[in-house]
Amino acid sequence: MATDFIIIDIYKEEPGLDMQKIDDKLLMQFFETMVTIRLFEEECRRQADLGKLRGMHSSIGQEAVPVGICGHLKEGDYILGNHRSHHHCIARGVDINEMMAELLGKSTGTNRGKGGTMHIADIDKGMLGANGVVGSNIPVATGAALSAKMRGTDNVSVVFFGDGASGQGVLYESMNLASIWKLPVIFVCENNRYAEATPFEYAIAGGNVSSRAEGFDMPGIQIDGQSVIEMFLKATPAIERARNGEGPTLIEALTYRYQGHFGGENPQSYRTKEEEEHYKSNDCIKQIRNYLIEEEVCGLDDLTRLEEGASVKVEQSVKFADDSSFPDDKALYEDVYISNS
Amino acid sequence: MAQATDQRALTYAQAVNEALRQTMESDNKVFVMGEDIAGGAGREDQGKSDAWGGPFRLTKGLIGDFGPDRVRDTPISEAGFLGAGVGAAATGMRPVVDLMFSGFFGVCADQIVNNAAKMRYMFGGKITLPLTIMTSTGAGTASAAQHSETLYSLFAHFPGLTCVAPSDAYTAKGLFISAIRSDDPVIIFNHKLLMGRTAKSADMGQGEGFGVVVPEEMYEVPIGKAHIDREGTDITLVGISYTTIVCRDAARELESRGYSVEVIDLLSVSPLDSETILNSVKKTRGIVIVDEDYPRCSVASDISALVAEEAFDYLDAPPVRITSPHTPVPYSLPLEMLYLPTKESVVEAALGILE
Ligand SMILES: Cc1ncc(C[n+]2csc(CCOP(=O)(O)OP(=O)(O)O)c2C)c(N)n1
Repeated sequence: MATDFIIIDIYKEEPGLDMQKIDDKLLMQFFETMVTIRLFEEECRRQADLGKLRGMHSSIGQEAVPVGICGHLKEGDYILGNHRSHHHCIARGVDINEMMAELLGKSTGTNRGKGGTMHIADIDKGMLGANGVVGSNIPVATGAALSAKMRGTDNVSVVFFGDGASGQGVLYESMNLASIWKLPVIFVCENNRYAEATPFEYAIAGGNVSSRAEGFDMPGIQIDGQSVIEMFLKATPAIERARNGEGPTLIEALTYRYQGHFGGENPQSYRTKEEEEHYKSNDCIKQIRNYLIEEEVCGLDDLTRLEEGASVKVEQSVKFADDSSFPDDKALYEDVYISNS
Repeated sequence: MAQATDQRALTYAQAVNEALRQTMESDNKVFVMGEDIAGGAGREDQGKSDAWGGPFRLTKGLIGDFGPDRVRDTPISEAGFLGAGVGAAATGMRPVVDLMFSGFFGVCADQIVNNAAKMRYMFGGKITLPLTIMTSTGAGTASAAQHSETLYSLFAHFPGLTCVAPSDAYTAKGLFISAIRSDDPVIIFNHKLLMGRTAKSADMGQGEGFGVVVPEEMYEVPIGKAHIDREGTDITLVGISYTTIVCRDAARELESRGYSVEVIDLLSVSPLDSETILNSVKKTRGIVIVDEDYPRCSVASDISALVAEEAFDYLDAPPVRITSPHTPVPYSLPLEMLYLPTKESVVEAALGILE
């Protein structure tokens, strides 16, 4: 049987969270960004059904993780993602028109149509790339942190990876490097309970990732990844530690992937409907929505306005992508090298 | 060559599955490991332990018959479990290890090229290493630069590694059986676009591709031997894995224009069947080599050099290579289509030699 996560009701029982550190405007922004991600991912599904978008890994259910973390980031900070990275990109502020264009293989895409869903990158926005090889971006993030330190900035880098990636040795090499050199990197493991069909309880000795930090002399914490407030507030010490030159932190965000591993995959071949419903009932967007209303941060009409705005933006992204052209043939040969392209 | 016993038209994936099942039945040292090769590991109590059966269903159902001891889902730790395959092979087991996509070889390259390839030689021949690695290759599925590579040449470069590339269900079953029985480490490249095909759907004509059925009994396709897929006298086309289908299509087109075309299905990338290639070229006096791998330092360039060095005097024209360009695999559909070797480009190259 799947062991349930311990879901902490942060609003009532968690004493350590200082709600003064998060203002109303930020909360509403979080809501808006999370809704944008969800609508974007749903639209991607429709585009795939239409045969225009050629396969992807949906981030629905995991929106709160990068949105909470990226709430701390500023210019010059970098994030890096994995194969499931649309939510990371949107949380960091990558333009969804360019993202949709990329997914449809158009020349106006973030990567000029050459990377697709698993490789979206927008360096200017602080998104140093998604990556299709599990674990592969973890040392790259460590290098971006090394660079931030050597250049004398207080910038940080954040790398998002799945529970499955914790199987890769390179995570531990990177954690060790980052720790001995006190690098400003935050390792964020999105534990969505599955790596493809493999449940984390099977593949991860000890049953969690965060406690592995201890051996590398860095803090390791678990955060309820379904709560954007908790993601934001509990990540604060990690970001401060990094900016102050004190070194890395490992964060394990407990979350859930609602859809199959990739579009079209049936997750009920390895998990039950009941389990899915259990985790979906703790939906991150529903939670923040309820909070905003119950705490009278804003009114229902404000939320509706934000939702409609997000919906229009997603619709526009499709139009932008549809109106864009495919790359010219010569694009195939460009950017292999800087010279002679 | 084994004769077909019935008219079974298995898919490539089913043929591989049957080869695995039969070798596991006949030798209890054979076991399989890889990511989601069963899928849903640890969920046996929910009846969900065979959720995937591998990303391409090559191992579907095996865990039910052989249990989790011999059908092992692994964490995503290629260096770890590939290396574990080396160690198990060196000490009496016969592991079949799945490396999901060939592009991930980088994660575990050390185990393959420094250990699997060299141990026997370094140890003065004192061990055998009956390790089989299966991996998938090929573009054409919108998987972009890291999930679409072919990479035969990387492995063929290393002395000590045996590399085979089946082209259909029949050769897949036979090469899997040969590979698993081999005492050397063997890498089997399964092209993504082949795995759902039946031998029949490869649309083979008379005398092509060993016929269209997969015998039920165990049989070997010999490692190190290319297969003459179609005999001809005017030109030789060499295909590897999926490009054998491209060559067949091109051959049909060329024959409709009155040429007699010989198609060689390479099957074995290393060792290379130089004899079959050279004999064919000495007869036809022209060759087009069709390879989806990157063009530089490739199997295609290797064959081209072989022909230039060993059969120069027989050639009416220089050897021609039709390959992917020297670029990573692009995502966008029109670019990806432009990337791949096509029937048209092969026909054009052949006509350039013939006319
Ligand atoms: C090195 C490597 N091995 C295997 C794969 C195939 N693969 C893609 S995603 C995935 C599961 C990843 O699980 P996890 O890291 O938990 O991320 P999630 O998909 O749950 O977001 C696997 C095995 C890969 N892309 N790279």
